[in-house]
Amino acid sequence: MDGNANGYRWIGTRTIRPDGVDKVTGRAAFGADFSLPGMLVGKILRSPHAHARILRINTDKAETVPGVKAVVTSADFPEIPPAEATKGSSPPNYRHLSQNLMAREKVLYDGHAVAAVAATSAAIATEALALIEVDYEILPHVTGVLEAMADEAPVLHEDLFTGGVDPKPEKSSNIAKRVEFAIGDTDAGFDAADVIVERDYDTEGIHQGYIEPHAVVASMGADRQANIWCSSQGHFMVRQYCAGLLNMSIGDIKVTPAEIGGGFGGKTTVYLEPVALLLSKKSGLPIKMVMTREEVFRGTGPTSGSYMTIKVGAKRDGTITAAEADLRFFAGAFPGAPVHLGCMCGFTPYDIENVKAIGYDVVTNRPKAISYRAPGAPIAAFGIESAIDELAKKLGIEPLALREMNAAKEGTRTAYGPTLGVVGFEETLEAAKMHPQMSEPLGPNQGRGIASGYWFNVGGESSASVSINEDGTITVTSGAPDIGGSRASLCIMAAEIFGVDIDQVRAVIGDTTATAFNRHTGGSRVTFALGAVVIEAAEDCVRQLRERAAKTWDIDIDAVEWENGEARPAGENAGKFEPLTLMDIAEKTPMTGGPIGVKKSSNVQGPGPAFGTHICDVEVDRETGHVKILRYTAIQDAGRAIHPGYVEGQMQGGVAQGIGWALNEEYIYGEDGRLQNPGFLDYRIPVASDLPMIDTVIVEIPNPTHPFGVRGVGEIPIIPPMAAVANAIEDAVGLRLTSLPMSPPKVLSALDDGH
Amino acid sequence: MAKNHVTTTINGEPVEFLCETQQTLLDVLRDELQLTGSKEGCASGDCGACSVMVDDRVVCSCLVMGVEAEGKSIETIEGMADGDQLHPLQQKFLENAALQCGICTPGFLVAAKALLEKNPDPTETEVRYWLAGNLCRCTGYDKIIRSVLEVAEEAKGA
Amino acid sequence: MTDVVLSREIARKFTGGETRIVVEAGTMRAIVRQLDEKFPGLKSILGEGMAVAIDGTIFQDFFLEEVGPDAEVCFLPAIEGG
Repeated sequence: MDGNANGYRWIGTRTIRPDGVDKVTGRAAFGADFSLPGMLVGKILRSPHAHARILRINTDKAETVPGVKAVVTSADFPEIPPAEATKGSSPPNYRHLSQNLMAREKVLYDGHAVAAVAATSAAIATEALALIEVDYEILPHVTGVLEAMADEAPVLHEDLFTGGVDPKPEKSSNIAKRVEFAIGDTDAGFDAADVIVERDYDTEGIHQGYIEPHAVVASMGADRQANIWCSSQGHFMVRQYCAGLLNMSIGDIKVTPAEIGGGFGGKTTVYLEPVALLLSKKSGLPIKMVMTREEVFRGTGPTSGSYMTIKVGAKRDGTITAAEADLRFFAGAFPGAPVHLGCMCGFTPYDIENVKAIGYDVVTNRPKAISYRAPGAPIAAFGIESAIDELAKKLGIEPLALREMNAAKEGTRTAYGPTLGVVGFEETLEAAKMHPQMSEPLGPNQGRGIASGYWFNVGGESSASVSINEDGTITVTSGAPDIGGSRASLCIMAAEIFGVDIDQVRAVIGDTTATAFNRHTGGSRVTFALGAVVIEAAEDCVRQLRERAAKTWDIDIDAVEWENGEARPAGENAGKFEPLTLMDIAEKTPMTGGPIGVKKSSNVQGPGPAFGTHICDVEVDRETGHVKILRYTAIQDAGRAIHPGYVEGQMQGGVAQGIGWALNEEYIYGEDGRLQNPGFLDYRIPVASDLPMIDTVIVEIPNPTHPFGVRGVGEIPIIPPMAAVANAIEDAVGLRLTSLPMSPPKVLSALDDGH
Repeated sequence: MAKNHVTTTINGEPVEFLCETQQTLLDVLRDELQLTGSKEGCASGDCGACSVMVDDRVVCSCLVMGVEAEGKSIETIEGMADGDQLHPLQQKFLENAALQCGICTPGFLVAAKALLEKNPDPTETEVRYWLAGNLCRCTGYDKIIRSVLEVAEEAKGA
Repeated sequence: MTDVVLSREIARKFTGGETRIVVEAGTMRAIVRQLDEKFPGLKSILGEGMAVAIDGTIFQDFFLEEVGPDAEVCFLPAIEGG
């Protein structure tokens, strides 16, 4: 019964996750690991054109192939009129989603789904796909953001008019909307500046790169009741979206979550599930659909790419007087680039009186964008943190010192409106200053870069149930998928409240019938929000346990206290009774009032926003343009680290993704608008030999709105790396690189330009 | 089209299966033998999630044809633990939180076991280059590499 | 009295450019009603898709929240994570 440094028994310890053995033995069932008897194989036909009108689809030949049991096209999906696009609770745009799932009048990107077949084998399904005849009228396409914004650009949607501008435009456009966040007067702020840095940056589209392709097993009967097994970041989201897209009742769909092999935001929507349901209904049999890696790249959502203009100005003494960002993000074929989030987060680490951030959400002939870890913020941070670094160099002030001078803290007003509460940015800067990496010597062509980042984190609808089993063990049933080890954290929090051994608590993810609604896993919300609900339910259980003890001893509940997993009389006056353990009380529950189980649902608010600061050392090879990461340290305010091992893991994983984004990852489109690198060979994510050990420092400035002080941790670590790497390259060879990725050909070309 | 009859050994046990000519060893393991521990991440040999041992050599089972298993000895993740005794690598991965989503974990364990059998005392660089064919998107590799090095270190002391 | 902060875009469209509006404290529902009474049509904007920050704490779904006197309420776009 050891305590740890902060006085808790389990909070902050490195327990073994309850689902771990299944994962290391290959027993855990991921999306593609399910099977049902009589299952058919479903496959999707995808457009080979970036932009084309569909004149005609003929599926007759495909339907007559022996073994083909069903074929669907967009004609099988209900048409969703604009007026009903956002019907229901917390809706996506169902109209766009429906058009993305299966193209209607037009295909809008290479890989856009056009039809689907279900057959008795993969070989027959593939054969049938080849027999589907599609007549296309090829249209001019546009894949670049600036090109798409130009007046003469080919327009993707005739009914899209730029929102956020007054008066409402009459001509349709690829600019879906314009947003603006501002405080103060940036013109005056720049007039007051002694030094100004203004620069353009551009970034490419990036895929979340989860190793598990999308997969589903679905079964829908003639009565339109459905069962779905799939991995996702939200099985309640899958249920909701399928119902909305197919005009079904939510209560008629049951979704059982598989283990998920990575999501990072990319699995917060549906691609296969509604298609599989339709195929199942048409064929009368269960359907399994698994994407190939090529389909994952061509047909699922990456994050946005961008063109940005950043301008910052400061006085000689380092006070930043004004900051502006003009962010143009491309969203892919349908609106929804996270540009407003980039605008909101970008300058938040700094206390600046005059800020203006303008964002444009632009459609292009690429797959429809979806969230990727802190959507929008990493892109904006690349430009802004690079600009801050350049400003520091111009002022002759150390980059860390410049950040310290202008650091946001409790009471700082943000550019997007609210004033910050208790936050730990300064503490991350302090920890960076003290970190040994800062004094590691640097040799020729080696350099050091610093960058910071901010993310709001999210709370949201959370439902869980805590049950006391007959032998005193505890089952925690949560409704939000575990994508990073959150089951371990929920067990820790419950064990702490009950005061029992960690092995007495098990956490499982229930299906959509096991708990009430849960918002999907994302926004770094699960340990915070599911944690809060589990804590509340556990505390309710403890109260009931005290009540049972009180009944057993025939005393008042106020005279019973709960400590270390047992009920005790509170003080001598309560009576001389031997303590009753959880197991003692559990065994007797039939006699004292029945089973003890508590379900809690809550829309958890007040997540703790958080900051990170990273230190990156690189070496640039002048011959090859290769950039080697020598050392990397990520420092982050976690509020309270429930399980330090998994917090470190989130930090290291985010850093690795950020380094990939910085140095190698990009979508490469040909002149014909087709994706040239839809595979892991040429879409290059970091491998083990690319990276050093990633040092992590967890700073804890507790979040006042959570019982244990938790702040979300999953997203912040991907925000600083691109600028940290860019700043390190500048320090190493005096090259300010402004275009991502900073791949060897681009580094070489910049070096050759004689900087 | 007649299927092929293949006789092989998997995790020490004699196994017979029928497979189509175009099925890979990965397809056979997962779809014919219900050994779903090996995962398909790319089907093109780039991610290593399907790693298995074929005659003491670690390979991507998506690049081996099912019929090639004839007469060979295959080891998959399902054979790594000894009954309910986890292999030291499996245990270390759990202790060090060296997995998050876990989809790449079987491939890493198979590949790491092969490394330590071939080179019981690798340097960090050797471990990183050996495992460069196994992609992980969640962990940044840090805790995986540490786990392999620690198991090697502990085996030395044993 | 409660300070309500609106974005410049919303201010341009509805309040003649005024980004800070003072209203009576109470529930968020009542506050939105007061704003709509002062600036007709504002209620439709301040619903789905908007979050609020009450004294710095963000609420994605806010209609039930109580807002005390001297509080500051900022309307901002809803936040999605990844």
